[in-house]
Amino acid sequence: MTDSKQFSFPDENGYYGQFGGAYIPEMLQANIDKLQKTYQSILADNDFQKAFHTLLKDYVGRPTPLYFASRLSEKYGTNIYLKREDLCHTGAHKINNTIGQILLAERLEKKRIIAETGAGQHGVATATVCALRNRECIVFMGEKDMERQAPNVARMKMLGATIIPATSGSKTLKDATNEAIRYWINHGEDTHYIIGSVVGPHPYPAIVAQLQSIISEEIRRQLLEKTGDALPTHLIACVGGGSNAAGAFYHFLHEKKVQLIGVEAAGKGVESGESAATTFLGTTGILHGCKTLLMQTKDGQVVEPYSISAGLDYPGIGPLHAHLFTSGRAVYQQATDDEALKAAFELAKLEGIIPALESAHALAVLPKNKFKTTDKVVISLSGRGDKDLATLIDKM
Amino acid sequence: MSRLQKIFAQQKPILNVYCTAGFPHPESTMDVMLSLQEFGADMIELGIPYSDPLADGPVIQESNATAIKNGMSIQKLFADIKSFREKIHLPVILMGYLNPVLQYGFEKFCQDAAAIGIDGMIIPDLPDAVFEKQYAPIIKKYKLDFIFLVTPETTDERIKKLDRLSSGFLYAVSSSATTGNTNKLTGINAYLQRFNALSLHNPVLVGFGIGNKEMFMEVNKLAAGAIIGSAYIKAIRDAQNVNTATKSFLSSILG
Ligand SMILES: Cc1ncc(COP(=O)(O)O)c(C=O)c1O
Repeated sequence: MTDSKQFSFPDENGYYGQFGGAYIPEMLQANIDKLQKTYQSILADNDFQKAFHTLLKDYVGRPTPLYFASRLSEKYGTNIYLKREDLCHTGAHKINNTIGQILLAERLEKKRIIAETGAGQHGVATATVCALRNRECIVFMGEKDMERQAPNVARMKMLGATIIPATSGSKTLKDATNEAIRYWINHGEDTHYIIGSVVGPHPYPAIVAQLQSIISEEIRRQLLEKTGDALPTHLIACVGGGSNAAGAFYHFLHEKKVQLIGVEAAGKGVESGESAATTFLGTTGILHGCKTLLMQTKDGQVVEPYSISAGLDYPGIGPLHAHLFTSGRAVYQQATDDEALKAAFELAKLEGIIPALESAHALAVLPKNKFKTTDKVVISLSGRGDKDLATLIDKM
Repeated sequence: MSRLQKIFAQQKPILNVYCTAGFPHPESTMDVMLSLQEFGADMIELGIPYSDPLADGPVIQESNATAIKNGMSIQKLFADIKSFREKIHLPVILMGYLNPVLQYGFEKFCQDAAAIGIDGMIIPDLPDAVFEKQYAPIIKKYKLDFIFLVTPETTDERIKKLDRLSSGFLYAVSSSATTGNTNKLTGINAYLQRFNALSLHNPVLVGFGIGNKEMFMEVNKLAAGAIIGSAYIKAIRDAQNVNTATKSFLSSILG
């Protein structure tokens, strides 16, 4: 078990290997300190767990199916299973985390919730749980993302959230995160920040990974039921900050036989200067309160990333992934905009499922890997493509 | 006695003025320093620009973005002000986020800063535990001062700890907020009285949101002085001439 813990839990200072920690200004200390001291007991509490699992079942619609994709399997000469997070209420895995964190916020007695969002899925999932539990909700979103994910902006408004455009920098997820953190500094007393991925200062990466680990908990059970063996040979997930990947990997981290593959966005190509391929291009640094791999200049300025997919358009990855990458426990591959688009259209035609552009990146590495006919390949289909229709129609 | 100790020994209110290096113009850093000294500042705080300054409000964010566009970096800063000690006798401290410092190399940063006559540094996102374990010996080796921030939410116990880790002065953030948030300094007296009751070994300077003479006078009643950042940045950002803009700004505070 010590071996498994090396990956699934950070040490007491919030480090996964050399990555993680809480690199925050003193203005956030009181809130982060409170979270660090209480998160484990809150998450482990029976009442919390009961409320969490009841909502996941009755409200989110869990367990999500593990679907054997027969036509896709045939095409790639192997056995492909899709973990259908796209069927979650609100259309992506993001709500697993927000359900847990709204219950956490209630226990911390915070009346207002803030969140950052890229694709809008985390924003929608946050606005949703705020409506459900009657909390004020403010979502920060890059101005550029508000344009390309317009349907989600409308959904958040309908759910009663206030949207604040982030107009600095690249006007995408990184900048929305900066704005959310600044707002939290200014309103720390009554506000809980629901971060949307396994990023940020300790204990956020640990909280989000634990809440998302329901994905792999279900995969184990479902695969055992379907095949008589709980372990896949390969597990593939896209990585923005890395929350759906962390959740899908979590209960397999200590199973060395399972090959873990994270897929990052290569944008217009890893060498094009327009990508979000963090493990490929990144070096160790500090971003949004944690030590991790990030894309930066030699002077330590964070590079503005690019991807067609707003949810992967982030210059860093969570510290857990930085550790999985450097330790070799997981491999990280890259998929370009074009490869992701092709994979999205392929899944629509072969399986009748239109994936989110983020999830399409995970599908896009199928042709790049060699699989045996006996392999069992599980892909995290993290979200559905409704929000991306405008982009997809444009490329049809 | 260090330069910082000397100015605090003067027993007068200390005015520390912040400006982002490489702002407003690529080559204005020396001009800014000379002007601040000429017109009565007691201490200079030079900001190292960063793409993602989390603790800063819009005014300083914008100055950071401008400075980066102007080509400012730690490397360039050290080259630009290499000989500043020939002209500047005020204490000069650097304020920067951890990431650019780490990429430059923490020890190299300290070594090069000390070599040209920098007195100390503020790195607001460097955790005290990491500082204690890894960096305190380096700061000591190069005889630099290191200054921690405290806020009204910081517990007494933690204030004492951060005071013990700091030298030069302790930076009291006026309220839990980002820079430039012009609050009305509500509750400032009770906050500053807390420091006096703790008998700290460092003098306390108050910063964030201090923008005019009244505020400066107000905090001086209980603290050793104040730090002004956003208000000064605003005063020089559109100025034709940094020297005259600095003169009129400082006379509005000190005059
Ligand atoms: C459908 C979907 N998948 C993946 C992501 C990327 O996030 P993460 O890497 O945290 O799973 C997002 C982010 O918005 C998303 O909406």
